[in-house]
Amino acid sequence: MKKLLSLICIGLITATACNDRAFLDVQPRSILDNDQAFSEPNQVLSILADLYNRQLDISTLKDWVTFADFSESFPSENGRVEIVQRNSWGFGAWGTWDYGYVRDLNLFIERATAAKALTDVQKTRFLAEARFLRAAYYFEMAKRMGGVPLILQSLVYELGSDPGKLQYPRSKEAEIYDFVIKEAEAIKNDLPADVNQKSRATKAAALAMEARAALYAGSIARYGVNTPQVSLPGEEVGIPAAKANGYYTQALTAAREIINGNAGSYALYMKKNELSENFANIFIDKANNPESIFVEDFKLKSGKVHNFTVVNQPRYGAEEEEGGRINPSLNLLLAFEKLDNTFAPLSITDGGGQPVFYNQQIDIFAGRDARLAGTIMLPGSIFRERAVDIWAGYQLADGSILTGDDRGAQKKLPGTNTNVQVVGFDGPVPGKEFTAQTGFYLRKYLDPAPGAGSRGTNSELPFIRYRYAEVLLNAAEAAFELGQKDVAASYMNQVRARAGLINPLNAADITFDRIVHERRVELAFEGHIFYDMKRWRLAHIVWDGNKLSTSDLLTNLGKAAKRSTQPYGLWAYKLYNPASPNNGKWLYKIVLPQAVTGANRFQLGNYYSFIDDNIRANNPKIVRQPNQ
Amino acid sequence: MMKQQYIWSFLLIVLTSITACKKDNYSPPSSKLTGRIVYQGTAIDVEYGQVPFQLYQYGFGKTGAMESTFAPDGSFSASLFDGTYKFIIPNGQGPFQWKQTPSGAPDSVTIQVQGNKTIDIDVTPYFMIRSPQFTTGNAQVNTTFKIEQIITGAAAREVEQVSLYINKTVFVSGVDNIAKSEVDGKDIANRNNVKLSVNIPALVPAQNYIFARIGLKIVGVEDRIFSPVMKLSLQ
Repeated sequence: MKKLLSLICIGLITATACNDRAFLDVQPRSILDNDQAFSEPNQVLSILADLYNRQLDISTLKDWVTFADFSESFPSENGRVEIVQRNSWGFGAWGTWDYGYVRDLNLFIERATAAKALTDVQKTRFLAEARFLRAAYYFEMAKRMGGVPLILQSLVYELGSDPGKLQYPRSKEAEIYDFVIKEAEAIKNDLPADVNQKSRATKAAALAMEARAALYAGSIARYGVNTPQVSLPGEEVGIPAAKANGYYTQALTAAREIINGNAGSYALYMKKNELSENFANIFIDKANNPESIFVEDFKLKSGKVHNFTVVNQPRYGAEEEEGGRINPSLNLLLAFEKLDNTFAPLSITDGGGQPVFYNQQIDIFAGRDARLAGTIMLPGSIFRERAVDIWAGYQLADGSILTGDDRGAQKKLPGTNTNVQVVGFDGPVPGKEFTAQTGFYLRKYLDPAPGAGSRGTNSELPFIRYRYAEVLLNAAEAAFELGQKDVAASYMNQVRARAGLINPLNAADITFDRIVHERRVELAFEGHIFYDMKRWRLAHIVWDGNKLSTSDLLTNLGKAAKRSTQPYGLWAYKLYNPASPNNGKWLYKIVLPQAVTGANRFQLGNYYSFIDDNIRANNPKIVRQPNQ
Repeated sequence: MMKQQYIWSFLLIVLTSITACKKDNYSPPSSKLTGRIVYQGTAIDVEYGQVPFQLYQYGFGKTGAMESTFAPDGSFSASLFDGTYKFIIPNGQGPFQWKQTPSGAPDSVTIQVQGNKTIDIDVTPYFMIRSPQFTTGNAQVNTTFKIEQIITGAAAREVEQVSLYINKTVFVSGVDNIAKSEVDGKDIANRNNVKLSVNIPALVPAQNYIFARIGLKIVGVEDRIFSPVMKLSLQ
């Protein structure tokens, strides 16, 4: 009986259960198929947001060290002083080979093209944005690797088929730049011309990318002749000199489209009367900023914030017991001109070798380019309504130094019985991390908003990838290279006037040195110096591995090929000599921070980053970089 | 029954221990390849860690080079397995010419390694620094030497600069020095009698010897050619 019952049960189950096929055919709740993913504009936007998020920058606010190299600053964190102690960069440095990202972009383009649920208007913009990102990444690869395989559709490997057809050789370097320029031209009118759209691609972003890419290609063509060794017979690296003028013309045309207002009403940021404050505000003012064109945006309480202010703020009185990492170098400081358009070292000693005394610490920097105080936090200047406390000690009557070995240390001055502070709370203390070991802190990109310096809040300042002043400088450089010096002067003077350099440069004043110098001071700590020095083929001259002497440091200011292999500092001392009329005044000394033992050496093999052996083993068609 | 199981397990363990470890344990490379880069039997001195060479061995997995650099005295060494290797110096490296294939790739030297082996690699330098003499006195290091041009004709290159470096350690170069003096190539009147002198700065901590070396920069060539490091005693 029992057996019979079981049999009936089993029979019943078999007869009924599998009947309903839909019952077992359950859609997964955590995975969308392609049709679902592209079923609705907001859904597509969130996929695109991921692709936006994966853009690559050489310098990013998410990692302060990416700003700290190339002797433009001293890294004031003991774990990172290796930057100033090594003598060369590895050939693999700055390499990128993210074909996973390229594939995702290609897939996005293919799937969005096929999507049925999107209107044509939506589709056009999404596709243009994805193509912008793809061109931007190829541009980034070209800058670092030279010519790379140009893959513009998703590749599929069928099991058992010949993988050889998936092995693409490297394109010519020029072909990658041509692709970037062509794509920008093709998509620019599909993108909104909206000055308030900063973090998504716009017409101006496409044009700015085009102008920069064409300028880079032009300068590689023009200056590549100075380093004939940095080339490959198949032109995977190196661009023929004959192409230079064509690229410069394209750069000028694209930049002019932005300057003429065809892409929206962009302009130089000019909202504060105090010019240094105005310059610093370009990077702080998020709302209605007419200067920034394309940014990586951040948002408080959204999870996407950065700690750039936390790690770089003046340590004394900071919201967190942390900060002070990037210490801009004296090398960079000396590049800022005086207001009469001349270069001069700071007045530290008089003709007789005696120190020059200053009533206020900040006085020594007076009468210079306003961008100086907007970029570098000078001793005695104000951040968050508090003066930074940077001074190295007392100089006594006999010329000896009285100082302490901790921030704000106290000692007795000779002939007194009470302890007084003998060194600034922000340093500099030799070898003590987070103090201003060059005598300076960084101001650019530091967020004065309350909470921006605390780890729990962080900052939401955007990183500006393209801004209007760079477009002007790109136009100026392209015009200069095309022999239109008057045009170059007019663009450059706009940028300079904003920095207080109101005596305009004439066409005859515009030289290659001027072009190089202007970019260095305007775009310091924005991720330009490395690519600029590379494309002008100056990197192996400026960072030649020789130690930098003080006379090297102080001479040839404003010269493009000036050596800059070690970051120097400038320390302030207070005179203690009651018998002297200068008692209590400030004097300065040039120092090389004691941790600086190496000298930057950029080898010819560093011009294009090493392509990993694994990549070349998988695809033998990839040729090696030159000089490696 | 039980006993038989034991025997089987025992046999299995013995079998595993006899066979298994052969497959996945290599003895370390025991053959040592040493050598120098030479021109007509004279070693070519280079900067520490700057002139690389590459060794390729075929037949092992992925293609890729074993890369290392020459010592300052132009010597090199590598621990290798026995076999056939190809030795190259990458394009654009070293203060000398390295043979190239018609397509422009660096030509290779085939090396058979069977036990320890010493090999001299012949190259053609652009210049040689001949008979360097060093003297010290008056807190100075003085040197005289000759510059001999080796490569002439279409491939010839000019001297860009000649430098005298001094340092407290045997590592003496443009990067590692405490003082240097330089003369530009165009300012050298007589290549058979080049003189340089450099002031010795204060040595901290004090030491009664110093190392000196001459480095010659060739136009359009990244690496300098050096004279041998000389240890000089100071009084």
